[in-house]
Formats: sequence, C-alpha cells, structure tokens
Amino acid sequence: MLAYVKQKIKKSDKIGYLMSLPYLVSFALFVAFPLGFSFILIFHKWNVITPMRWVGLKNFYRLFHDVEFFRAIYNTVVFLIIHIPLQIVFALVIAVLLNQKIKLRGFFRAVFFMPVIVSGVVITILWQQLYAYETGVLNLILTQLGLPKIPWINDPSWAMPSIAIMATWKNVGLYIVLFLVGLQNIPKYLYESAELDGATAWQKFWYITVPSLNSTMVLVVILSTIGGFSLFIEPFVMTGGGPMNSTLSAMLYIYNQAFYFGHMGYAATLGFFFAFIIFIVVLIQKRVVERK
Amino acid sequence: MKRFYLYLVLTVAGITFIYPFLWMIAASLKPEIEIGSLGLWSKNFSLESYRLVVQKIPIWRALFNSLFVSSCVTVSVIFFGSIVGYALSRLNFWGRNLILGIILFTMVIPFQITLIPMYILMVKFGWVDTYLSLIVPGMITAFSILLFRQFFLDIPQDLIDAARIDGCNDLTILFRIIWPISKPVIITVGIITFMTSWNDVLWPLIVIRNEKLMTMPQLVTIFAVGGQAEAQLGAMLAAATLLAIPIILVYAFFQRYFIESMATSGLKG
Repeated sequence: MLAYVKQKIKKSDKIGYLMSLPYLVSFALFVAFPLGFSFILIFHKWNVITPMRWVGLKNFYRLFHDVEFFRAIYNTVVFLIIHIPLQIVFALVIAVLLNQKIKLRGFFRAVFFMPVIVSGVVITILWQQLYAYETGVLNLILTQLGLPKIPWINDPSWAMPSIAIMATWKNVGLYIVLFLVGLQNIPKYLYESAELDGATAWQKFWYITVPSLNSTMVLVVILSTIGGFSLFIEPFVMTGGGPMNSTLSAMLYIYNQAFYFGHMGYAATLGFFFAFIIFIVVLIQKRVVERK
Repeated sequence: MKRFYLYLVLTVAGITFIYPFLWMIAASLKPEIEIGSLGLWSKNFSLESYRLVVQKIPIWRALFNSLFVSSCVTVSVIFFGSIVGYALSRLNFWGRNLILGIILFTMVIPFQITLIPMYILMVKFGWVDTYLSLIVPGMITAFSILLFRQFFLDIPQDLIDAARIDGCNDLTILFRIIWPISKPVIITVGIITFMTSWNDVLWPLIVIRNEKLMTMPQLVTIFAVGGQAEAQLGAMLAAATLLAIPIILVYAFFQRYFIESMATSGLKG
C-alpha cells in the first residue's frame, strides 16, 4: 500500500502539493482545529480566563432544559415560515413581470437589487425608523389612509413578522435575479405548443413556468433557510431580542451566552446542536422539494 | 392597457425600494423635530447630524479600517484561490480529489459550529484587537477555489503546453497566461469577497473591542445599539448613510457586475 502511494506520488506533479499547501494550512487552522476543538468544548465549562472544567454531559442537560433557547429556535422558525413564502411569491411575480418585453428592465433590476448589496446594519437602522410607532413613515401612511397604527416592533406578536418583512425587502432582489435566470432557460417552444393547444396565460404559468423553475425554487428555499438560521444583526440592532424575547434569534442567544455571560462551553454546545439542526433541515428540504 | 398596468406595478414596486433610501438621506439632513415626516424636502437642511457623528465616533478611521481589511482579504482570496484552483484543475497529483472532497465538505459545515472555537483560537494566538483576526481567517475561501477551478477547467491544454515549451513554470503560466484571460472569474470572486468582508458585522463584534480598530459596520452598529447616539435619530441615520454611501457609489458604476457575480455565486454555491 505504502509502496503504491509512493509510486503514485513519484508520478505526480509535485508542484501541485506546494500550490495546494496554502489551502491545507488554512483548512487545518480554521476548519479542522475549530471542529475538533468544539468536540472538546461541549464537555467543558469555561470562561476563557480560568482553567477549563470537565462537566461531562451537563451542557446538553442544560440545553434540553433551556426554555429560552427553544424560544429562540421557535422564533427563528417563525421568521422562516413568514420569510420564505413571502420571498418566493414576490420574487417570482416581479421576475415574471421583468421577463416581459419592457423598457428599462436593467434599471428596474438594479433598483430591486440595491438593498442586497447594502449592509444589513444600514437596512435595520433605516427600517427601525420606518417602523417607529408614533413617527414612523409606515404608520404615517396608515394614518393618512384612515387606518389604525400598527405596533410593528413594539408588540411581541408583530415584532418577528416585521423583521421577516424587512428581511424580504432586503433579499428579494437576489431571488428576482435567480428566477430571471431560470425563466430565461425555459425553452420557448413549450409556450408555443401550449398556445396551439389553447392554454390560458394562467395555465401556462402554472403548468410550464412553475415546474420548470423547480431547481431555482430548491436553491431559493435553501439559501433563505441558511440565511434565516443566521439571523443576528437585524434583531441585535432593531430590538435587542425583545419585546419579551419575541425576536431573540438562535444566533443572538448563542452570541449573548458566549460574549455577554462568558459561557464558552455552553455556547459551543448550543452552536453544535444548532448547526446539527440546520444540517438536518436543509437535507430534508432538499429531499422534499426535489421530489416535488 | 395591459402594458400600462405592467409599468404601473413595476413603478410602485420600484418606489418602495428607492424611497426608503431617499428618505434616509433626507432625514439625516433634517433637524431632529422634522424627521417624523413623509416628505423628502425641508428648508432647514443642515449637516448638524453628520457633525455629531464625526465628533462622537472615529468614523473616518473605521472607514479606513474597513477599506484596508476588505482589500487585503480580497487580494489574498484572488491570489491564493487562483493558485489552489490551478493546482486542482490543471495539475495531476495523487490526493487531488481528496483535497477537492475536503473543500466540498467544508462548504456544508454551518459556521455556527466553528464560531466559538474560532474566537478561542484568536484569543490563544493573541490576535484579538488586531487586524490579523479580521484578515487572516478570511484569506482563503473554499468558494473562490471552486469558482477558479471551474473556470480553469475550460482553458485549452494547448495554451498551457505552448507556454511550457517556452520554458514557463506553473506560477508564470498562471499569472502571465491564465490570469489575463480570466477576468470574468476574477471580477466575480473579487466582488463577492469584498462585499462579504465589507458587510460582515458578527465576526468583528466578536474579535474587536478597541474602538480604533473597529470596522465601519461594526462601529455604526455599536453607535446605534450602545447608546452613544443618545436616541438622536438624525445622528443614527447620518451614520447609516455614511456606511451605505461607499458601496452604493461603487454599485452605481458596476451594478451589472454585482448582479451577475451574485447570481453566479448563488447558482454555483
């Protein structure tokens, strides 16, 4: 075996090893080591300053009894349940409209894409003002239309949906562009033969466009799920997790445990468990959406 | 008539995307009491809020930090990404597919699992509160290697053979022959890397505590959250505007590249 490997290496372009070396070093330091170290951390109690203390499975015991953490996961799920359908519907509608023969398509596309490139911090500070109860632009518009004000970020049952709406506004541009690429890859003859059979515009949309966009759909769902699970800066800036923990996201909770309370071992356990959930959810989504 | 509705819907949608930005810029120029209004114009426009921001936080220093960090990261990602991408696409060596497998594997690991151990690593290296913690962990990315590899696979072997006969070694082939014909992928990797690095807040919040070393989004976040803004809406919006302007300016000139880069990385990622 060893001789075989030696033989293989002898025949190789040896400079290949040298050129791959930067990646291998970075992998060892910033992926392999942290991964390995997280396995050690989850069995310890540690605040970085004093020595580590072995606690066995206590971190996991604590996790499964941690009401706040499960609240945070629940909040993150609420975010996803509102965010993903909203994102898909708006992105798809606008992409279909932009896919017609229209003037200024590039301009519109650039406008919808703008929030994607701007920092989430800017978007959050801006929307915090738009959502303000007394003086916010949204409530001013509602009042002028003769409608009652909405307590966007002041009411526990409104706060997370409000953040989900803002996140949709920020990200939808990217998904419009992805759907546009998908739409342009649908062969024209499908629509032409459907027209010959007398299909209505709605039938063409439902039986040709939607099924043809399946792979884009998978991508959109998975990308926004991963994005949603990483939700951090929006609640951090806008609400600090409140009111009454209603916008406490899992990432915000992990951050607080590690850097506010100094519970490194426990935070690592939360991160480990949470990453595991993300992995499973994305895997299931892939299976389910691809089968449809 | 149908056309009319089409343009009407798109225009209304367009306004909901542009108006908030215009409102933010206008509000940052208005005096505090006029901020809670829908209009974009005021007779009392002034730079008072900006003066307040500059006075309270080292925003120019933060702009420099962000530019410096993001530039270093971007240059490094393009440099190393193309080197490793070249090795994995144009050279034959034992273990190549293993390395490729490792790269694909690292892309499915959620960052939540490595975040805390990475912080501890930075503490042990003594890199907390230095530029090193912001730059070094981001110097090579799996995604850039894969994009470069994908692009290099399509380059004809004849070109490389010809260069080799002329006595070029692999590094000269990469930088002299391949780089000049790889502008699209270099631009894509460059834009994505720069933007990701520029907009990142979570990692700087974790490893930088010294105000002088903070990146711009981090400093603005702390200004907004940490009470330094003292509930002065104008100052918060002015800080947010200062943070938005550099990237919007770049976007205004290169929007096509931004959109295409993000679309390709989304599709391939």
